[in-house]
Amino acid sequence: MLNLKKDLGLFVLIMVVGTVVALINPRFLSAVNISNTANLVGLFGMFSIGEAFVIITGGIELSVGSMIALLGVIFVDLIASRGVPWPVASFIILAMGILMGLVHGLLITRKRMQPFVVTLCGLLIYRGVARFYTADATAGFPFGVHFEYLEYLTTGRTDIVGLLTDDIHTSIPIPHAFFFMLIVAAVMWVVLHHTVFGRHLYAVGKNEEAARFSGIRTGRVIVAAYAICGVLAAVSSIFLAMYTRSILPSSHGNFYELYAIAAAVLGGFSLRGGEGSIIGVVLGAILLQVLQNLVNLLGIPSSLNFAVSGSVILIGVLADQEYADFRERRERLRRVAAGAASPRPTDDPQTGNGMLAAGARLGDREP
Amino acid sequence: MSATDVSSAPSRSNDPFLRLTAITKSYPGVVALSDFAADVRRGEVIGLVGENGAGKSTLMKILGGVTTPDRGTVEIDGVAHECLTVSQSMSAGIAFVHQELNLFDNLDVAANVFIGREPRKFGLLNIVDGKKLHAMVQPYLDRLGANFSSSTAVSRLSLAQRQMVEIAKALSLKARLVILDEPTSSLPIAETEKLLKVIAALKANGIAVMFVSHRLNEVVEACDRVIVLRDGRIVGHLDGDAVTHDAMVKLMVGRELKVAYAAPASERGDVILSVQKLRTKTFPLAEVSIDFHRGEILGLAGLVGAGRTELAHALFGIDATEGGAVMLEGTPVRFASSAEAVSAGVFLVPEDRKGMGLLLDFAITENITLPDLSAYARGLTISRKAERARAEKSRGELDIRAPDVAVRAGSLSGGNQQKVVLAKWLAMNPRVIIFDEPTRGIDVGAKSEIYRLMRMLADSGVAVLMISSDMEEVIGVSDRVAVMHQGRISGILARAQCREEDILRLAVGRGTTQQANQAGNT
Repeated sequence: MLNLKKDLGLFVLIMVVGTVVALINPRFLSAVNISNTANLVGLFGMFSIGEAFVIITGGIELSVGSMIALLGVIFVDLIASRGVPWPVASFIILAMGILMGLVHGLLITRKRMQPFVVTLCGLLIYRGVARFYTADATAGFPFGVHFEYLEYLTTGRTDIVGLLTDDIHTSIPIPHAFFFMLIVAAVMWVVLHHTVFGRHLYAVGKNEEAARFSGIRTGRVIVAAYAICGVLAAVSSIFLAMYTRSILPSSHGNFYELYAIAAAVLGGFSLRGGEGSIIGVVLGAILLQVLQNLVNLLGIPSSLNFAVSGSVILIGVLADQEYADFRERRERLRRVAAGAASPRPTDDPQTGNGMLAAGARLGDREP
Repeated sequence: MSATDVSSAPSRSNDPFLRLTAITKSYPGVVALSDFAADVRRGEVIGLVGENGAGKSTLMKILGGVTTPDRGTVEIDGVAHECLTVSQSMSAGIAFVHQELNLFDNLDVAANVFIGREPRKFGLLNIVDGKKLHAMVQPYLDRLGANFSSSTAVSRLSLAQRQMVEIAKALSLKARLVILDEPTSSLPIAETEKLLKVIAALKANGIAVMFVSHRLNEVVEACDRVIVLRDGRIVGHLDGDAVTHDAMVKLMVGRELKVAYAAPASERGDVILSVQKLRTKTFPLAEVSIDFHRGEILGLAGLVGAGRTELAHALFGIDATEGGAVMLEGTPVRFASSAEAVSAGVFLVPEDRKGMGLLLDFAITENITLPDLSAYARGLTISRKAERARAEKSRGELDIRAPDVAVRAGSLSGGNQQKVVLAKWLAMNPRVIIFDEPTRGIDVGAKSEIYRLMRMLADSGVAVLMISSDMEEVIGVSDRVAVMHQGRISGILARAQCREEDILRLAVGRGTTQQANQAGNT
């Protein structure tokens, strides 16, 4: 289930793209550019990880962008206009994120609604409520209002080398959003790959029926996945609100859910569920940001931004499948070639998937 | 498109139209098929039997043009081929009817038979000519003696009737050899009879049939001659009267195999699980009352659709019930989910091994530990080492044949897969285990293994319920047999009184309840 080979391939791809861009435009490797890109990776990575949990169950969460808009305007309103202390406001926002995820999950598991439908409705509803909440006006901080500690936490940057050497040496200042994303990723990595819940997620995603017949409470597992997605969307809504400082509810967070899905798909997730790793989705988020950066740095018209990302995802996924097919063929040839030299007596050719596949082909045949 | 088509084929009536010589196919480490030779003549029914892994599937794949043999020739109407392509196999008139049928439930019979080849009308508009379609399909159905029409929806057909549709499809493709792969393994008795009639109809039409099956009784009934395979080699030909159950088993396993139906080691114990007036969703008006005893294997027979699986799912907490009570060792229980049943020690080995029993993409280890994963957690994380130790232990205890416990469960043979399903539950503390068709599609050797394990469980004080459509198995294995009909228990027979006839009568709802009470629930 750990997909090291795929992750490694993606890592190499990022390195190659990065090297090419750096060769053409050395500004790619400038401290400012790296720092800014890392910041965006952090912001987008957080909710992409959440989306990944839903995708593993074979579901989809389309309301992430709208949730980020709605929770963002509420957060700004709470701390800027209503004087709610920001830790309390953050807590409220996180609770709301969890609640939204729970509602989605329960509608999907209890009422047997399709994830696409439920979360599509969420997308529409939250966006509409967000616009109504501010009467379609921009939510922002009044002039001169500052939240020093909160701003430091969410939008600050720390130069680690500088910190350790009392600024004698300096390196690239790392944005805190990126740090935070790394912490989230590490925690979620343990959760997904090493806990009972993580294993149950994979089981439910692979075959919900079989999971249920093994005594897994599949409904709870799925609801939990949506709740995790909701809470991570809420976390990133706070970070994004502080990053943009002003939120236009009609456009803030537009398409972010698709960005998250794209990151997961690039990272080796299957939309059928049951496949993918945390490292994969983080690398996917990194690659998407590098691509956006590339568009800017190479002087490609920024209107082509989506087109570039789309093309790379398409080619990437296609290449990955072709490579998998190629590897399978090669493996088969090698095994035939190895012949009786390496006996594998239990590798029964009678009963593997081969016959199933062959059976389907034989039965389906038409002139 | 009538029977004359077949006789106009180039082969004369008693010459073989298909001849296989010295077909050999090896996979790394295994010779799957070695020097296989056979002739196929018009209108003969050839049985192909052998344990799983004997080479039957490989032979079918070669005949279907899916696999290339290493050596040997396939001669069709006197023309020798080193290997067949899929289209050569088709034009030679070789057709397959697989265990898993490839029909579209939402379409009617005619549409299924001519799918992709529908007659068209109105030129460029290219509309399907429904009238003509039905007119074309009906004759095939008539020839097979089908009791349904070409306009019946496939979703309303029984399994045997669906097989008939597949066979009609084969006929419409001018098949000369129809290969039936395990056609009866999921059919209840009455349906099997129908299929055997269809085979006779094919034979009468001069079409050869190759009957691949583990159900030897049907092989005896259907086949003119039988080829027995073991470890990729032909170990015997049986002809005419020599085709007997014993002879086949002897050849298949290479020794006299008494399918080990062990008798219980001790008298049955007290009641563990008591089902009282339980009503399932499918049969909301039918009440089921039955007791499961410690140390007893209770067989549950009945026709497919009699409500046996529904009962099992209700007991396992998969489906909600409509009413009634379940007492587990005297305490009333109501399992709202399978998780609750599992924690109470009530387990189910489901009917659909590949879809429900196992996660085929998970390793053997992960399948075994799945229901009880928290037992392998050290702190918050799962200990792979503990998991592996458990899997290795299960592999030893149940003799699961796999190169490693880390291989995908999907790569195992049917019997070994079933052992993995069983290992999941044996690793925990079973009080009641329900087996739903535990040996379907499993070879003779693995079957006895499963029976032995079931008996061992019962002897260790577990209550075992075995749902089975295999009469031989029901009678051989069970200490007591309950028969279901339309959602109700139509009778319970004690081991001594268990005769196939009685079970059948109860299964079709003609049994006397008095008889049931006598044998009864004491």
